[in-house]
Amino acid sequence: MYSCADLKKGIKLMIDNEPHVIVQFDFTKPGKGQALYKCKLRNMITGALFDRTYRSGESFEPASLVESDMQYLYKDETGYVFMDQKTYEQTSISEEVLGDDRYFLVDNMEVKVLMHGERGIGVTLPIFVNLRVSQSDPWVKGDTAAGNNKPATVESGYTLQVPGFVDEGVLIQIDTRTGEYVTRVKE
Amino acid sequence: MSEPNWALARKRQTLAERARVVKDIRSFFVNRGYLEIETPHRIPANAPEPHIDAIVSGAWALHTSPELAMKRLLAAGYEQLFQICRVWRDSERGQYHLPEFTLLEWYRTDVDYNALMTECMELLFVLVPEGKLCRKGRTIDLAMPWKRLTVAEAFSQYASTELDEALATDRFEEILTAEVEPQLGKDRPTFLTEYPASMAALARLKPEDTQVAERFELYIDGLELANAFSELTDPDEQRSRFEADEDTRRSAGKTPYPLPEKFLTEMATMPEAAGIALGLDRLIMLLTDAEKIDDVVAFTPDDL
Repeated sequence: MYSCADLKKGIKLMIDNEPHVIVQFDFTKPGKGQALYKCKLRNMITGALFDRTYRSGESFEPASLVESDMQYLYKDETGYVFMDQKTYEQTSISEEVLGDDRYFLVDNMEVKVLMHGERGIGVTLPIFVNLRVSQSDPWVKGDTAAGNNKPATVESGYTLQVPGFVDEGVLIQIDTRTGEYVTRVKE
Repeated sequence: MSEPNWALARKRQTLAERARVVKDIRSFFVNRGYLEIETPHRIPANAPEPHIDAIVSGAWALHTSPELAMKRLLAAGYEQLFQICRVWRDSERGQYHLPEFTLLEWYRTDVDYNALMTECMELLFVLVPEGKLCRKGRTIDLAMPWKRLTVAEAFSQYASTELDEALATDRFEEILTAEVEPQLGKDRPTFLTEYPASMAALARLKPEDTQVAERFELYIDGLELANAFSELTDPDEQRSRFEADEDTRRSAGKTPYPLPEKFLTEMATMPEAAGIALGLDRLIMLLTDAEKIDDVVAFTPDDL
């Protein structure tokens, strides 16, 4: 069982017998008062989003889901398509259900797909992924006001802050837990 | 790794500003005749707060605030004290919380909480000579005097529920954080004052209205920055509040703490005083327009 102290973004819980993932997490504790754990949850089967506030002392059943080793193939009108590495069966996961995880998928990437019966309802990403910078303005040297960082967009459409020296076309490593830049990747 | 840790490298400007602020805070208090003091971080007993949990360290615990030691010094005759120190509070982690963070605490004898409100304004005036803060594109005017609002008034103005009902239905924190706090200190800093007597902690009750305590919290841009009291100096009253808090902890299934007996004994000679704890990390957040507390410390527990 999880306690409130275990709650954070990305944790998966069973609520009313359905798996849910915390997509946004906020810890508040006014003055000397009791702590409140405010969660935005996504139902992993329906994709529905809703808010819940929990208090210290509550406990939660972790969502134990079967994982299949799959390869990410491509995106089409049904969503993001994955193929089972053993059976070659394909499953598609919609954009709503994948949420921000979709930004860290690279063609042919091997991921663990979370299964609900025959259906894929989410992915477990590797901690680090490498994505290529598709757009970033050159950094103006001497512009230290911004603390030598600038925005960059990677091939998946995700935008993040990178150091000034990261140019367009460069492959970078991103921490999927925080969505933040880690380092350039030597090719 | 092929290049230096950028997440750390990019904090340089903020960390330099943090060092500047700490240096200016020290000069501010020293110039006013305050004595800087250090007290032990590892202690036998913290004040038994119902909702603050200490981190156990052997048979003792890490302090959750230097309050008890500072007050023992007041009781021994020290008139003006300040301390900048690390404190630990178990399982507190969020956008504005770290389980290990830095407090600025200061105490003065022969004044009440009104004097501390003035001193907060003067301190910010010294730290921010331009007299305004920029937060997410909005300007917060630091010109004196700042706004002052009682807890009851704040609930009447901003909440869907009156204070009495929020207390009776155990929804005080929920309504405070969801409806009241976001409205506090938006255009200028706000002192939220006169907390219900049940939330007095170590504050004295207001002599002319014992339903409320002489306690305030300072809010800037919805962020709770400091907590202050006209200090309770009655050891019997303090003991019975501690015992009630111990009962609350016990019935919530939490470990009760041993009572801080030396503090309670020496409180008998403590003069009238006022004291305040200010979250230094949050102050730096406000001064650097940072979004999360992680941005103003070199390392968080997640980075270790």
